[in-house]
Amino acid sequence: MKVLVPVKRVVDYNVKVRVKSDQSGVDIANVKMSMNPFDEIAVEEATRLKEKSVATEIVAVSCGIAQCQETLRTAMAIGADRSILVQTDAELQPLAVAKLLKAVVDKEQPQLVILGKQAIDDDANQTGQMLAALLDWPQATFASKVEVSGDTATVTREIDGGLETVSLKLPAIVTTDLRLNEPRYVTLPNIMKAKKKPLDTTTPEELGVDAAPRLKTLKVAEPPARSAGVMVADVAALVDKLKNEAKVI
Amino acid sequence: MSILVIAEHDKAQLRGATLNAVAAAQKIGGDVHVLVMGQGVQAVADQAAKLAGVGKVLLADGPALAESLAENVAAQVLAVAQGYGHIVFAATAEGKNVAPRVAAKLDVAQISDIVAVESPDTFQRPIYAGNAIATVQSADAVKVITVRTTAFDPVAAEGGQASVEAVDAVADSGLSSFVGREVAKSDRPELAGAAVVVSGGRGMGSADNFKLLEPLADKLGAALGASRAAVDAGYAPNDWQVGQTGKIVAPQLYIAVGISGAIQHLAGMKDSKVIVAINKDAEAPIFSVADYGLVGDLFQVVPELTKSL
Repeated sequence: MKVLVPVKRVVDYNVKVRVKSDQSGVDIANVKMSMNPFDEIAVEEATRLKEKSVATEIVAVSCGIAQCQETLRTAMAIGADRSILVQTDAELQPLAVAKLLKAVVDKEQPQLVILGKQAIDDDANQTGQMLAALLDWPQATFASKVEVSGDTATVTREIDGGLETVSLKLPAIVTTDLRLNEPRYVTLPNIMKAKKKPLDTTTPEELGVDAAPRLKTLKVAEPPARSAGVMVADVAALVDKLKNEAKVI
Repeated sequence: MSILVIAEHDKAQLRGATLNAVAAAQKIGGDVHVLVMGQGVQAVADQAAKLAGVGKVLLADGPALAESLAENVAAQVLAVAQGYGHIVFAATAEGKNVAPRVAAKLDVAQISDIVAVESPDTFQRPIYAGNAIATVQSADAVKVITVRTTAFDPVAAEGGQASVEAVDAVADSGLSSFVGREVAKSDRPELAGAAVVVSGGRGMGSADNFKLLEPLADKLGAALGASRAAVDAGYAPNDWQVGQTGKIVAPQLYIAVGISGAIQHLAGMKDSKVIVAINKDAEAPIFSVADYGLVGDLFQVVPELTKSL
């Protein structure tokens, strides 16, 4: 079974981003970039499926600028066999990415596509579901456990208030939640090996996809700042403040 | 243009999130209709009809909709979507699961997790874990939206008198099937809607120590929450997690105990009205958002606080 894993290059999760003073966006020049954490979990899950001999080949895909190659190399160092970069300098929104991925799926014919549940930059949480819709495949979002046997995938999902298990007919789409697994650290030998793995490059034009953005960002602003708080000396002072100043208890 | 709000329920009761979604729909402006889907859910439709400001309730009742499978639910929404300018979901696990599927089928962008409506085509939404607020404009014919529930005050549950109209329920897609559900039982208020939340972090040290928070939560009638670190360490169940990747809360009072205040946690609670932080590290980032900070050992402070309430 072939598994496709889309990965996104995002601002590292430890970086606190700053809004540009002209409110045109956030400043990501000279900021550390990494693979989206949920996508790392997706690559790890695919790799584990391969180690269990459920998956035979793992193809990593990324859409975006040339530097996304680094993200794909990381995916290959974790365990992906080869990569595809859909290269463009244009802004890509989830619907466009879903369309690009559909074109790749049509070519590659995987049985399973594992995506992260959301990217930590746009926080959209859309691409996996959109891809499922475009392909007319079943979806299991926010997965915390995935089991594949024969032509079905049984997936436990994190829902509000607990867990839910669904069974999907393959081919299918799964999006990862945090609890699915703990991604492995990439080792130096694997980074060296990943450099030799194949990485093909294509473009939205070659895939015949119109990737124009649908949403126009008018401005990006700082969230309203909270007014500075006070430190209290002891519990009695805290209770007094909550009762008499904030009036919340 | 009319607005279609997708209702959420637990088969017997309308969920609170629907009331917030209706409130957001009213801000967009237009006739607000509510779609209730499920099996044997007439009672839920009747509740939806009483919501203030709802013009009509559509009820799709059929076996394919019994367990809210994304494939069937999305198909049902599409079956009635004709003629609506906006389709509004609450940004809950259920809404997030289905809304993008509907948007892609309509070939429109989805606007996730809106926190404000500027005009019928312009909305504000947080990005980068709430560290920036983007104002976005949609040129699509239909706007598919998910609503951050904590950003909109719920509409009144009583006072409306909409008609309930039955619509044909879709057939099962055959693509997926429901296996089971484990819902954590709790007598406490629901985390996302609680007026007071008491949250513990890695500083709690163990699952047993987490019990220390229970008497405090009981006294305050609070829901219990946790940081990702506490959940990952197994101190608290997954669905207690507050943060970018867990639940977004905005209670009147949020008490963070033994939580350092990582970006991902702040994204889930920094819109709370009053934030109290109890931490032994005076340098912890949580103190930068706290209205009241107390530097001290939580194992002494929490019991003392409980006693003094």
